[in-house]
Amino acid sequence: MKKLIYNQRIAPYVFVLPFVLSLAVFFVYPVLSTFIMSFQEVLPGQTHFVGLDNYRNLWDDSFYTALWNSSKYTFWTILVLIPLPLVLAVFLNSKLMKWSAFFRSTLFLPALTSVVVAGIVFRLVFGSLDNSVMNTFRHAFGLETINWLGSSTTGMLVLVILATWRYAGINIIYFMSALQAIPSELYESASIDGANTWNKFWRITLPLLKPIAIYVITISIYGGYSMFTESFILWSGNHSPNDIGLTMIGLLYRNGIEKNELGLGSAIGMILLMLTMILNVIQLRLFGLFKKED
Amino acid sequence: MKKGITFTATLALALMLVLSACSSDNSSGKATKVVFWTFNELHQQFFESMADRWNEAHPDEKIKLVATTFPYDDNHNKLQVALQSGKGAPDLVDIEISKIGNFLKGEPQLVPLNDIVEPNKDNLVMSRLDNYAKDGQYYGIDYHVGAQVIYYNKEILDQAGVDADKIITWDDYEAAGKQVLEKTGKPMATVETTDQWSYWPLVVQHGSDLLDKDGNVTLNDQANIEVLTYLQKLVNEKVAVVAPGGFHHSEEYYGFMNGGGAASVWMPMWYMGRFTDYMADLKGKIIIKPMPVFKQGELRSSGMGGTGTVITNQSKNQELVKKFLEFAKVSKEGNIEIWKQLGFDPIRSDVWTDAAMTESNKYTDYFGKDIFTFLSSLKDEIAPTNIKEKTPAVSDVLKTKTMFQALNDLKDVKQVLDDSAASIK
Repeated sequence: MKKLIYNQRIAPYVFVLPFVLSLAVFFVYPVLSTFIMSFQEVLPGQTHFVGLDNYRNLWDDSFYTALWNSSKYTFWTILVLIPLPLVLAVFLNSKLMKWSAFFRSTLFLPALTSVVVAGIVFRLVFGSLDNSVMNTFRHAFGLETINWLGSSTTGMLVLVILATWRYAGINIIYFMSALQAIPSELYESASIDGANTWNKFWRITLPLLKPIAIYVITISIYGGYSMFTESFILWSGNHSPNDIGLTMIGLLYRNGIEKNELGLGSAIGMILLMLTMILNVIQLRLFGLFKKED
Repeated sequence: MKKGITFTATLALALMLVLSACSSDNSSGKATKVVFWTFNELHQQFFESMADRWNEAHPDEKIKLVATTFPYDDNHNKLQVALQSGKGAPDLVDIEISKIGNFLKGEPQLVPLNDIVEPNKDNLVMSRLDNYAKDGQYYGIDYHVGAQVIYYNKEILDQAGVDADKIITWDDYEAAGKQVLEKTGKPMATVETTDQWSYWPLVVQHGSDLLDKDGNVTLNDQANIEVLTYLQKLVNEKVAVVAPGGFHHSEEYYGFMNGGGAASVWMPMWYMGRFTDYMADLKGKIIIKPMPVFKQGELRSSGMGGTGTVITNQSKNQELVKKFLEFAKVSKEGNIEIWKQLGFDPIRSDVWTDAAMTESNKYTDYFGKDIFTFLSSLKDEIAPTNIKEKTPAVSDVLKTKTMFQALNDLKDVKQVLDDSAASIK
């Protein structure tokens, strides 16, 4: 018995066991059972296999709408939420920046709010009435009242603004931690060689931020495609006009839960999983993460 | 120090044991535990008060009601998962009408209520119970009839010189609307673009429905086209405007109406509560009238919306829970309480004429005392709806596409309805 406990070969497995167990229970099992359900019609007492029917019934208009919306959202959030926090982090990290601690906390504050509360406030700010905040703002420039949440373009704009407001702080933290890990000797020697601020940013800061940027892009792709709550709250429910706010998860929720077709919902989930994995593999390959380090 | 901590911890554990022993002693008394889920706090309060009354009347069969109010979606989602997995469902639970289709799929995991429904058939508005039925078995008891009515803002009508009682047909309504618009500059009506209540009742009263009796989609039949064309015409003529916020339950909308934004809105009777709670400034100015009709002889109301209370087959005390449900929602006493506490038009039509219905409450203070005298006159004109398995799907298309495309984007009505009908599988 004592031998077993002190066995060096078994010990590592014992130490990773809690993680393996929780991964198995909360990840592997659900994914497997979703995979199986995606080939079934799930009904109380009458669950049966239907072959590929769910995957065949998937390709309708709402699927393409959801895919298009989620892709647009992911694209715009990556386009905004990588450069903007990066630049802000560089500013906040600079010794020349005044009130740096104040701005750090204010920029991070939105990340602590609940999406639901923030979503309701944004819904009212971008309301369709003459006296909603953003419409009065338009009036100041002589523009007329518009229904922000009524058209696809402005609706997406509101979603991206909400995402920027809420998640910029988190990305700033990622970038700041990476910035602080860059040794100051590099900048010093560059200064001695006569590099100006721009050169230092372009040649030292950016290349050294690449690993963290890749990480942020990877989680942004998953985050973008799994966006649901923001849209659900902005349009007070999973039903936006002309489905302009329908996301992949919204579609999964609509079919799996709202229409009680868990089989079809599972099939959508599997497609979404494959899609984000393929996108990320491509992205990671492009940025050279799989290359052997020199 | 360390000893102190150990001692405190031991004491705490010992106390917990003793306390938990106490609590289990209490509940194992005579009262039977009945778990109730709902998505409306008022429904919870209603059931709690009915449980107190039940315990007074049945001291030998006491129940202990454990009620929880969840958000709308959570209530239905949790129930769906619990019934699917066969574990964790409550005894009693509220299911909203547009969700009931999901629970009637496959073998319903609910207890048939025929033995409490059938003895009262003559007094109940049966079309309201048919919504929760499958293969001759009744599974749910609704709170209300949800009689569709129209609420006029009398102040605005008076300014425009319109008499609400002279509006009989939708043509009269349109003409009156033009008069209101001309005299006051205000729209006659608001129509929903992301919900179904501006549309569905009109279709039903015009003799059709979204689904037929067998559950087939009829969304693009002639009656549907006529109704939607009419609504689009009202919007084009500016007699109707699209509801601020998209539907009649948005914060913007309450503010808009409360400030006298439009001269009328058609919604079911249960919308009274929204007036009293969110549009306090209109107190005494709102009059309730029957819906206009497309041609003379059509029904002037319909039963809209609703929530059925069901018993799940996981309940361990099905017979007792059934008796309690009968007491709370089928009995005369229960139905009077539904009006008094919830302000709903109860499903037992024999209580509509009861003296208790004219006693003053916040609804009679707001709308006047003769609400039920008026409702009784509509008793035989309440058109039933077909609630089927496809109802959630149709409702979804109406809320996301049909209404918005026809009334906001002003697209061709026939095309919109054809596309919508085709998208429902």
